[in-house]
Amino acid sequence: MTQQNIVIVDTGCANISSVLYAVERLGDQVTVSDSPQVISQADKVILPGVGSAKHAMKNIEDKGLVETIQSLTQPVLGFCLGMQLMCAESAESGFNNENEQVACLGLVPTTINVMKADGLRLPHMGWNTLTFEGNHPIFKGIESGAYVYFVHSYCAPISQYTIASCTYGQPFSAAIAKDNFIGCQFHPERSSDIGSLIIKNFLEM
Amino acid sequence: MLAKRIIPCLDVQNGKVVKGVKFRNHEIIGDIVPLAQRYAEEGADELVFYDITASSDQRVVDKSWVSKIAQVIDIPFCVAGGIKTAQDAQQILNMGADKISINSPALLDPDLISRLADQFGQQCIVVGIDSYFDKDTDQYQVYQFTGDEKRTQKTQWQTFDWIQEVQKRGAGEIVLNCMNQDGVRQGYDLEQLTQARAITSVPLIASGGAGTIEHFTQVFKQSDVDGALAASVFHKKVIEINTLKSTLIKQGVAIRPQGILC
Repeated sequence: MTQQNIVIVDTGCANISSVLYAVERLGDQVTVSDSPQVISQADKVILPGVGSAKHAMKNIEDKGLVETIQSLTQPVLGFCLGMQLMCAESAESGFNNENEQVACLGLVPTTINVMKADGLRLPHMGWNTLTFEGNHPIFKGIESGAYVYFVHSYCAPISQYTIASCTYGQPFSAAIAKDNFIGCQFHPERSSDIGSLIIKNFLEM
Repeated sequence: MLAKRIIPCLDVQNGKVVKGVKFRNHEIIGDIVPLAQRYAEEGADELVFYDITASSDQRVVDKSWVSKIAQVIDIPFCVAGGIKTAQDAQQILNMGADKISINSPALLDPDLISRLADQFGQQCIVVGIDSYFDKDTDQYQVYQFTGDEKRTQKTQWQTFDWIQEVQKRGAGEIVLNCMNQDGVRQGYDLEQLTQARAITSVPLIASGGAGTIEHFTQVFKQSDVDGALAASVFHKKVIEINTLKSTLIKQGVAIRPQGILC
Protein backbone atom coordinates (compact mmCIF):
# COMPACT_ATOMS: atom_id res chain seq x y z
CA MET A 1 0.00 0.00 0.00
CA THR A 2 1.59 3.27 -1.02
CA GLN A 3 1.28 6.61 0.65
CA GLN A 4 -2.35 6.80 1.50
CA ASN A 5 -3.57 9.79 3.40
CA ILE A 6 -4.66 8.71 6.89
CA VAL A 7 -6.17 11.29 9.21
CA ILE A 8 -6.95 11.01 12.92
CA VAL A 9 -9.69 13.45 13.91
CA ASP A 10 -8.45 15.69 16.73
CA THR A 11 -11.48 15.51 19.00
CA GLY A 12 -9.71 17.34 21.82
CA CYS A 13 -9.69 14.19 23.96
CA ALA A 14 -6.67 12.65 25.64
CA ASN A 15 -5.52 9.43 24.01
CA ILE A 16 -4.70 10.59 20.51
CA SER A 17 -0.99 9.84 20.78
CA SER A 18 -1.51 6.14 21.45
CA VAL A 19 -3.75 5.86 18.37
CA LEU A 20 -1.21 7.80 16.34
CA TYR A 21 1.64 5.52 17.42
CA ALA A 22 -0.40 2.39 16.65
CA VAL A 23 -0.84 3.50 13.02
CA GLU A 24 2.80 4.57 12.79
CA ARG A 25 3.94 1.15 14.03
CA LEU A 26 2.37 -0.28 10.86
CA GLY A 27 4.63 2.02 8.89
CA ASP A 28 1.97 4.45 7.71
CA GLN A 29 2.11 8.21 7.65
CA VAL A 30 -0.69 9.76 9.62
CA THR A 31 -1.92 13.29 10.28
CA VAL A 32 -3.82 14.49 13.35
CA SER A 33 -6.21 17.24 12.32
CA ASP A 34 -9.38 19.14 13.16
CA SER A 35 -9.51 20.84 9.75
CA PRO A 36 -12.71 19.98 7.83
CA GLN A 37 -10.80 20.13 4.57
CA VAL A 38 -7.99 17.81 5.68
CA ILE A 39 -10.47 15.32 7.15
CA SER A 40 -12.70 15.33 4.06
CA GLN A 41 -9.78 14.68 1.71
CA ALA A 42 -8.36 11.74 3.70
CA ASP A 43 -8.31 8.21 2.29
CA LYS A 44 -9.03 6.79 5.73
CA VAL A 45 -10.35 8.56 8.81
CA ILE A 46 -9.93 7.43 12.42
CA LEU A 47 -12.21 8.82 15.12
CA PRO A 48 -10.58 8.26 18.54
CA GLY A 49 -11.96 9.24 21.90
CA VAL A 50 -11.74 8.95 25.65
CA GLY A 51 -13.98 10.76 28.10
CA SER A 52 -17.70 11.39 28.14
CA ALA A 53 -19.90 11.58 25.03
CA LYS A 54 -21.22 14.96 26.11
CA HIS A 55 -17.76 16.49 26.40
CA ALA A 56 -16.55 14.97 23.11
CA MET A 57 -19.67 16.00 21.14
CA LYS A 58 -19.29 19.53 22.44
CA ASN A 59 -15.68 19.58 21.20
CA ILE A 60 -16.75 18.26 17.79
CA GLU A 61 -19.53 20.86 17.57
CA ASP A 62 -17.24 23.68 18.71
CA LYS A 63 -14.74 22.72 16.02
CA GLY A 64 -17.53 22.70 13.41
CA LEU A 65 -16.88 19.07 12.47
CA VAL A 66 -20.35 17.48 12.78
CA GLU A 67 -21.31 17.81 9.12
CA THR A 68 -17.76 17.10 7.99
CA ILE A 69 -17.79 13.70 9.68
CA GLN A 70 -21.38 12.94 8.69
CA SER A 71 -20.64 13.50 5.01
CA LEU A 72 -17.54 11.25 4.85
CA THR A 73 -17.77 8.46 2.27
CA GLN A 74 -14.31 6.92 2.75
CA PRO A 75 -13.74 4.20 5.40
CA VAL A 76 -14.03 5.64 8.93
CA LEU A 77 -12.99 3.71 12.06
CA GLY A 78 -14.11 4.79 15.53
CA PHE A 79 -12.27 3.62 18.65
CA CYS A 80 -14.11 3.26 21.97
CA LEU A 81 -15.86 6.61 22.56
CA GLY A 82 -15.28 7.27 18.84
CA MET A 83 -17.56 4.30 18.14
CA GLN A 84 -20.15 5.57 20.58
CA LEU A 85 -20.13 8.99 18.92
CA MET A 86 -21.12 7.29 15.64
CA CYS A 87 -24.46 6.27 17.17
CA ALA A 88 -27.71 8.23 17.32
CA GLU A 89 -27.52 9.17 20.97
CA SER A 90 -25.77 8.32 24.22
CA ALA A 91 -26.82 8.20 27.85
CA GLU A 92 -23.25 9.10 28.89
CA SER A 93 -23.53 12.74 29.85
CA GLY A 94 -20.93 12.89 32.63
CA PHE A 95 -21.29 13.29 36.38
CA ASN A 96 -24.42 15.00 37.75
CA ASN A 97 -26.31 14.85 34.46
CA GLU A 98 -28.11 11.54 34.79
CA ASN A 99 -31.09 10.85 32.54
CA GLU A 100 -29.91 13.36 29.96
CA GLN A 101 -29.49 11.90 26.44
CA VAL A 102 -26.63 13.29 24.36
CA ALA A 103 -27.26 13.58 20.61
CA CYS A 104 -24.37 11.99 18.71
CA LEU A 105 -23.39 11.86 15.03
CA GLY A 106 -26.19 9.50 13.95
CA LEU A 107 -24.07 7.48 11.53
CA VAL A 108 -25.16 4.09 12.87
CA PRO A 109 -28.78 4.02 14.04
CA THR A 110 -28.29 2.53 17.49
CA THR A 111 -28.00 3.99 20.99
CA ILE A 112 -25.49 3.92 23.83
CA ASN A 113 -26.68 2.93 27.28
CA VAL A 114 -25.07 2.19 30.62
CA MET A 115 -23.91 -1.44 30.79
CA LYS A 116 -26.17 -3.85 32.61
CA ALA A 117 -23.32 -5.90 33.97
CA ASP A 118 -25.49 -8.17 36.11
CA GLY A 119 -23.68 -7.33 39.34
CA LEU A 120 -20.19 -7.48 37.84
CA ARG A 121 -17.79 -4.64 38.49
CA LEU A 122 -17.83 -1.53 36.29
CA PRO A 123 -16.08 -0.16 34.33
CA HIS A 124 -15.64 -3.26 32.19
CA MET A 125 -11.86 -3.01 32.13
CA GLY A 126 -9.42 -5.53 30.74
CA TRP A 127 -9.09 -8.21 28.09
CA ASN A 128 -12.22 -9.95 26.85
CA THR A 129 -13.15 -12.07 23.84
CA LEU A 130 -14.76 -11.24 20.52
CA THR A 131 -17.49 -13.31 18.87
CA PHE A 132 -17.98 -12.40 15.24
CA GLU A 133 -21.39 -11.83 13.71
CA GLY A 134 -21.07 -12.24 9.95
CA ASN A 135 -17.81 -11.82 8.16
CA HIS A 136 -16.70 -8.19 8.21
CA PRO A 137 -13.38 -7.54 6.42
CA ILE A 138 -12.04 -5.55 9.38
CA PHE A 139 -11.66 -8.90 11.21
CA LYS A 140 -9.98 -10.75 8.34
CA GLY A 141 -7.55 -13.37 9.68
CA ILE A 142 -8.94 -13.26 13.22
CA GLU A 143 -11.09 -15.96 14.78
CA SER A 144 -13.84 -15.68 17.36
CA GLY A 145 -12.37 -16.04 20.84
CA ALA A 146 -9.57 -13.53 20.21
CA TYR A 147 -8.91 -11.22 23.17
CA VAL A 148 -8.98 -7.42 22.90
CA TYR A 149 -8.70 -4.64 25.49
CA PHE A 150 -11.85 -2.91 26.77
CA VAL A 151 -12.35 0.06 29.10
CA HIS A 152 -15.93 1.31 29.26
CA SER A 153 -19.10 1.56 31.32
CA TYR A 154 -21.51 2.30 28.44
CA CYS A 155 -22.22 0.15 25.40
CA ALA A 156 -24.32 -0.39 22.29
CA PRO A 157 -26.85 -3.23 22.41
CA ILE A 158 -26.73 -6.17 20.02
CA SER A 159 -28.45 -5.05 16.79
CA GLN A 160 -28.42 -5.63 13.04
CA TYR A 161 -25.32 -3.38 13.00
CA THR A 162 -23.32 -5.62 15.34
CA ILE A 163 -20.29 -7.15 13.59
CA ALA A 164 -18.69 -8.52 16.78
CA SER A 165 -20.14 -9.14 20.20
CA CYS A 166 -18.69 -9.55 23.67
CA THR A 167 -20.29 -10.61 26.93
CA TYR A 168 -19.86 -8.96 30.32
CA GLY A 169 -22.89 -9.73 32.43
CA GLN A 170 -24.90 -9.38 29.22
CA PRO A 171 -23.98 -9.50 25.52
CA PHE A 172 -23.20 -6.15 23.89
CA SER A 173 -21.75 -4.84 20.62
CA ALA A 174 -17.97 -5.07 20.63
CA ALA A 175 -18.00 -3.61 17.11
CA ILE A 176 -20.64 -2.11 14.85
CA ALA A 177 -20.72 -1.07 11.19
CA LYS A 178 -22.95 0.60 8.66
CA ASP A 179 -21.79 1.42 5.14
CA ASN A 180 -18.33 3.06 5.42
CA PHE A 181 -18.55 3.62 9.18
CA ILE A 182 -17.02 1.01 11.51
CA GLY A 183 -16.74 1.34 15.27
CA CYS A 184 -14.88 -0.76 17.85
CA GLN A 185 -15.89 -0.51 21.50
CA PHE A 186 -12.49 -1.92 22.49
CA HIS A 187 -9.10 -0.27 21.96
CA PRO A 188 -7.33 -1.77 18.90
CA GLU A 189 -4.35 0.47 19.67
CA ARG A 190 -3.92 -1.32 22.99
CA SER A 191 -4.92 -4.83 21.89
CA SER A 192 -1.50 -6.25 21.02
CA ASP A 193 -1.18 -8.29 17.79
CA ILE A 194 -4.95 -8.68 17.31
CA GLY A 195 -5.50 -4.93 17.55
CA SER A 196 -2.67 -4.24 15.17
CA LEU A 197 -4.17 -6.66 12.64
CA ILE A 198 -7.55 -4.91 12.91
CA ILE A 199 -5.95 -1.53 12.18
CA LYS A 200 -3.99 -3.08 9.30
CA ASN A 201 -7.20 -4.58 7.86
CA PHE A 202 -8.84 -1.15 8.07
CA LEU A 203 -5.95 0.56 6.32
CA GLU A 204 -6.19 -2.04 3.54
CA MET A 205 -9.92 -1.60 2.99
CA MET B 1 -15.03 -13.90 29.81
CA LEU B 2 -13.01 -11.03 31.24
CA ALA B 3 -9.45 -12.29 31.68
CA LYS B 4 -7.39 -11.96 34.84
CA ARG B 5 -4.43 -9.68 34.18
CA ILE B 6 -0.71 -10.42 34.56
CA ILE B 7 1.04 -7.12 35.22
CA PRO B 8 4.81 -6.73 35.33
CA CYS B 9 5.79 -3.69 37.35
CA LEU B 10 8.87 -1.73 36.44
CA ASP B 11 10.20 0.44 39.24
CA VAL B 12 11.97 3.36 37.65
CA GLN B 13 14.76 5.40 39.20
CA ASN B 14 16.81 7.92 37.22
CA GLY B 15 15.56 6.50 33.94
CA LYS B 16 16.52 2.89 34.72
CA VAL B 17 14.48 -0.07 35.91
CA VAL B 18 15.45 -0.98 39.48
CA LYS B 19 14.28 -3.45 42.09
CA GLY B 20 14.75 -3.48 45.85
CA VAL B 21 13.88 -5.96 48.57
CA LYS B 22 11.14 -4.78 50.92
CA PHE B 23 11.38 -1.43 49.15
CA ARG B 24 15.09 -1.03 50.05
CA ASN B 25 18.53 -1.50 48.47
CA HIS B 26 17.62 -0.84 44.88
CA GLU B 27 19.67 -2.49 42.18
CA ILE B 28 19.60 -1.57 38.49
CA ILE B 29 17.82 -4.16 36.33
CA GLY B 30 18.09 -2.50 32.90
CA ASP B 31 16.77 0.07 30.43
CA ILE B 32 13.07 0.86 30.43
CA VAL B 33 12.05 0.62 26.80
CA PRO B 34 13.62 -2.75 25.82
CA LEU B 35 12.29 -4.37 28.99
CA ALA B 36 8.80 -2.96 28.39
CA GLN B 37 8.90 -4.24 24.83
CA ARG B 38 10.05 -7.68 25.94
CA TYR B 39 7.18 -8.00 28.41
CA ALA B 40 4.60 -6.88 25.86
CA GLU B 41 5.87 -9.48 23.39
CA GLU B 42 5.91 -12.22 26.03
CA GLY B 43 2.23 -11.72 26.77
CA ALA B 44 1.99 -9.24 29.65
CA ASP B 45 -1.57 -7.89 29.81
CA GLU B 46 -0.58 -4.48 31.10
CA LEU B 47 2.50 -2.71 32.45
CA VAL B 48 2.99 -0.42 35.42
CA PHE B 49 5.89 2.04 35.56
CA TYR B 50 6.50 3.36 39.00
CA ASP B 51 8.98 6.16 39.65
CA ILE B 52 9.82 5.19 43.20
CA THR B 53 11.79 8.32 43.97
CA ALA B 54 9.36 10.86 42.62
CA SER B 55 7.05 11.64 45.51
CA SER B 56 9.80 11.68 48.09
CA ASP B 57 12.04 14.02 46.05
CA GLN B 58 9.35 16.68 45.63
CA ARG B 59 9.58 16.33 41.88
CA VAL B 60 7.41 14.88 39.19
CA VAL B 61 8.34 11.69 37.37
CA ASP B 62 10.84 12.28 34.52
CA LYS B 63 8.47 11.94 31.61
CA SER B 64 10.53 11.65 28.47
CA TRP B 65 10.37 7.85 28.54
CA VAL B 66 6.55 7.79 28.68
CA SER B 67 6.15 8.69 25.01
CA LYS B 68 8.95 6.33 24.04
CA ILE B 69 7.05 3.49 25.70
CA ALA B 70 3.77 4.55 24.09
CA GLN B 71 5.49 4.43 20.71
CA VAL B 72 6.75 0.87 21.02
CA ILE B 73 4.25 -1.09 23.10
CA ASP B 74 0.72 -2.07 22.12
CA ILE B 75 -0.76 -3.03 25.49
CA PRO B 76 -2.13 -0.70 28.16
CA PHE B 77 0.24 0.89 30.64
CA CYS B 78 0.01 2.93 33.78
CA VAL B 79 2.45 5.53 35.10
CA ALA B 80 2.88 6.21 38.81
CA GLY B 81 5.04 8.57 40.76
CA GLY B 82 4.70 12.14 41.96
CA ILE B 83 1.50 13.02 40.12
CA LYS B 84 0.12 15.80 42.30
CA THR B 85 -2.06 17.89 40.00
CA ALA B 86 -4.45 17.58 37.09
CA GLN B 87 -1.75 19.14 34.89
CA ASP B 88 0.74 16.41 35.84
CA ALA B 89 -1.88 13.79 34.98
CA GLN B 90 -2.85 15.49 31.72
CA GLN B 91 0.75 15.59 30.56
CA ILE B 92 1.32 11.88 31.18
CA LEU B 93 -1.99 10.84 29.60
CA ASN B 94 -1.25 13.03 26.57
CA MET B 95 2.08 11.29 26.15
CA GLY B 96 0.20 8.03 25.67
CA ALA B 97 -0.21 6.47 29.11
CA ASP B 98 -3.58 4.78 29.59
CA LYS B 99 -3.79 5.31 33.33
CA ILE B 100 -2.09 7.25 36.05
CA SER B 101 -1.61 5.98 39.57
CA ILE B 102 -1.36 8.10 42.69
CA ASN B 103 -0.25 7.05 46.14
CA SER B 104 1.40 9.51 48.59
CA PRO B 105 -0.22 12.60 46.97
CA ALA B 106 -3.66 11.02 47.52
CA LEU B 107 -2.85 10.61 51.21
CA LEU B 108 -1.79 14.25 51.49
CA ASP B 109 -4.81 15.49 49.50
CA PRO B 110 -7.57 12.87 49.21
CA ASP B 111 -9.71 15.24 47.13
CA LEU B 112 -7.11 14.92 44.35
CA ILE B 113 -8.66 11.52 43.52
CA SER B 114 -12.06 13.13 42.86
CA ARG B 115 -10.63 15.97 40.82
CA LEU B 116 -8.69 13.59 38.59
CA ALA B 117 -11.66 11.22 38.20
CA ASP B 118 -13.92 14.14 37.24
CA GLN B 119 -11.53 15.46 34.64
CA PHE B 120 -10.14 12.28 33.07
CA GLY B 121 -12.69 9.60 33.90
CA GLN B 122 -12.67 7.13 36.74
CA GLN B 123 -11.25 4.36 34.55
CA CYS B 124 -7.81 5.94 34.25
CA ILE B 125 -7.35 6.86 37.92
CA VAL B 126 -5.57 4.16 39.90
CA VAL B 127 -4.82 4.49 43.59
CA GLY B 128 -1.80 2.61 44.89
CA ILE B 129 -1.81 1.65 48.56
CA ASP B 130 1.27 0.54 50.49
CA SER B 131 0.02 -1.55 53.37
CA TYR B 132 2.07 -2.95 56.25
CA PHE B 133 0.85 -5.47 58.79
CA ASP B 134 1.79 -4.13 62.20
CA LYS B 135 2.14 -7.10 64.55
CA ASP B 136 2.04 -4.90 67.64
CA THR B 137 -1.39 -3.47 66.87
CA ASP B 138 -2.58 -6.44 64.80
CA GLN B 139 -3.68 -3.97 62.08
CA TYR B 140 -2.94 -3.32 58.44
CA GLN B 141 -1.58 0.23 58.24
CA VAL B 142 -1.10 2.51 55.24
CA TYR B 143 2.41 3.89 54.71
CA GLN B 144 3.55 6.78 52.56
CA PHE B 145 6.78 7.92 50.88
CA THR B 146 7.84 4.30 50.61
CA GLY B 147 10.19 5.10 47.71
CA ASP B 148 12.68 6.63 50.14
CA GLU B 149 13.41 4.71 53.31
CA LYS B 150 14.46 7.86 55.20
CA ARG B 151 11.03 9.37 54.63
CA THR B 152 8.85 6.27 54.77
CA GLN B 153 6.23 6.80 57.45
CA LYS B 154 3.07 5.33 58.83
CA THR B 155 -0.09 7.33 58.11
CA GLN B 156 -3.21 7.77 60.21
CA TRP B 157 -5.07 5.38 57.89
CA GLN B 158 -5.82 1.74 58.45
CA THR B 159 -5.74 -0.06 55.12
CA PHE B 160 -9.37 -1.18 54.83
CA ASP B 161 -10.67 2.27 55.82
CA TRP B 162 -8.48 3.89 53.19
CA ILE B 163 -9.66 1.38 50.53
CA GLN B 164 -13.23 2.45 51.21
CA GLU B 165 -12.33 6.14 51.25
CA VAL B 166 -10.55 6.10 47.88
CA GLN B 167 -13.50 4.31 46.25
CA LYS B 168 -15.90 6.94 47.59
CA ARG B 169 -13.67 9.57 46.07
CA GLY B 170 -13.63 8.02 42.60
CA ALA B 171 -10.70 5.61 42.33
CA GLY B 172 -11.16 3.43 39.24
CA GLU B 173 -8.77 0.71 40.34
CA ILE B 174 -6.79 -0.14 43.45
CA VAL B 175 -3.31 -1.66 43.61
CA LEU B 176 -2.79 -3.09 47.07
CA ASN B 177 0.88 -3.53 47.78
CA CYS B 178 1.49 -5.71 50.79
CA MET B 179 4.83 -4.41 52.07
CA ASN B 180 5.60 -7.34 54.37
CA GLN B 181 5.69 -9.54 51.28
CA ASP B 182 7.39 -7.19 48.83
CA GLY B 183 10.38 -8.62 47.01
CA VAL B 184 10.72 -11.71 49.19
CA ARG B 185 8.81 -14.09 46.89
CA GLN B 186 6.94 -15.92 49.65
CA GLY B 187 3.54 -15.49 48.04
CA TYR B 188 0.85 -12.83 47.94
CA ASP B 189 -0.84 -11.84 51.20
CA LEU B 190 -3.97 -13.88 50.52
CA GLU B 191 -5.62 -13.05 53.82
CA GLN B 192 -5.27 -9.31 53.39
CA LEU B 193 -6.25 -9.41 49.71
CA THR B 194 -9.32 -11.54 50.36
CA GLN B 195 -10.48 -9.07 52.98
CA ALA B 196 -9.76 -6.17 50.62
CA ARG B 197 -11.66 -7.89 47.79
CA ALA B 198 -14.78 -8.12 49.93
CA ILE B 199 -14.93 -4.32 50.28
CA THR B 200 -13.65 -3.36 46.80
CA SER B 201 -16.13 -2.88 43.97
CA VAL B 202 -13.57 -1.55 41.47
CA PRO B 203 -10.79 -3.70 39.95
CA LEU B 204 -8.30 -4.83 42.62
CA ILE B 205 -4.70 -5.62 41.76
CA ALA B 206 -2.51 -7.72 44.08
CA SER B 207 1.08 -6.61 44.57
CA GLY B 208 3.98 -7.92 46.61
CA GLY B 209 5.28 -11.42 47.15
CA ALA B 210 5.02 -13.37 43.90
CA GLY B 211 7.68 -16.05 43.78
CA THR B 212 6.18 -19.05 42.03
CA ILE B 213 3.43 -19.79 39.50
CA GLU B 214 1.41 -21.33 42.33
CA HIS B 215 1.31 -17.93 44.04
CA PHE B 216 -0.51 -16.47 41.03
CA THR B 217 -2.98 -19.38 40.97
CA GLN B 218 -3.70 -18.86 44.66
CA VAL B 219 -4.25 -15.14 44.43
CA PHE B 220 -6.66 -15.44 41.50
CA LYS B 221 -8.58 -18.42 42.88
CA GLN B 222 -8.62 -17.56 46.58
CA SER B 223 -8.63 -13.76 46.61
CA ASP B 224 -10.46 -13.18 43.30
CA VAL B 225 -8.28 -10.22 42.39
CA ASP B 226 -8.56 -8.79 38.86
CA GLY B 227 -4.86 -8.70 38.27
CA ALA B 228 -1.57 -9.74 39.80
CA LEU B 229 1.42 -7.47 39.71
CA ALA B 230 4.98 -8.68 40.07
CA ALA B 231 8.47 -7.42 39.39
CA SER B 232 11.54 -9.41 40.37
CA VAL B 233 10.29 -12.82 39.23
CA PHE B 234 9.84 -11.41 35.73
CA HIS B 235 12.97 -9.25 35.65
CA LYS B 236 15.14 -12.12 36.77
CA LYS B 237 13.28 -14.66 34.60
CA VAL B 238 12.41 -16.81 37.61
CA ILE B 239 9.00 -17.05 35.92
CA GLU B 240 8.45 -16.73 32.17
CA ILE B 241 5.21 -14.94 31.38
CA ASN B 242 4.12 -17.36 28.67
CA THR B 243 4.76 -20.39 30.91
CA LEU B 244 2.85 -18.65 33.70
CA LYS B 245 -0.10 -17.94 31.44
CA SER B 246 -0.31 -21.41 29.91
CA THR B 247 -0.15 -22.96 33.40
CA LEU B 248 -2.90 -20.68 34.71
CA ILE B 249 -5.09 -21.55 31.72
CA LYS B 250 -4.65 -25.27 32.46
CA GLN B 251 -5.65 -24.60 36.06
CA GLY B 252 -8.88 -23.01 34.92
CA VAL B 253 -8.05 -19.33 35.47
CA ALA B 254 -9.47 -16.99 32.78
CA ILE B 255 -6.32 -15.75 31.04
CA ARG B 256 -5.63 -14.20 27.64
CA PRO B 257 -3.43 -16.75 25.88
CA GLN B 258 -0.14 -15.63 24.39
CA GLY B 259 -0.02 -15.87 20.58
CA ILE B 260 -2.32 -14.41 18.00
CA LEU B 261 -4.75 -17.22 17.21
CA CYS B 262 -4.73 -19.45 20.29
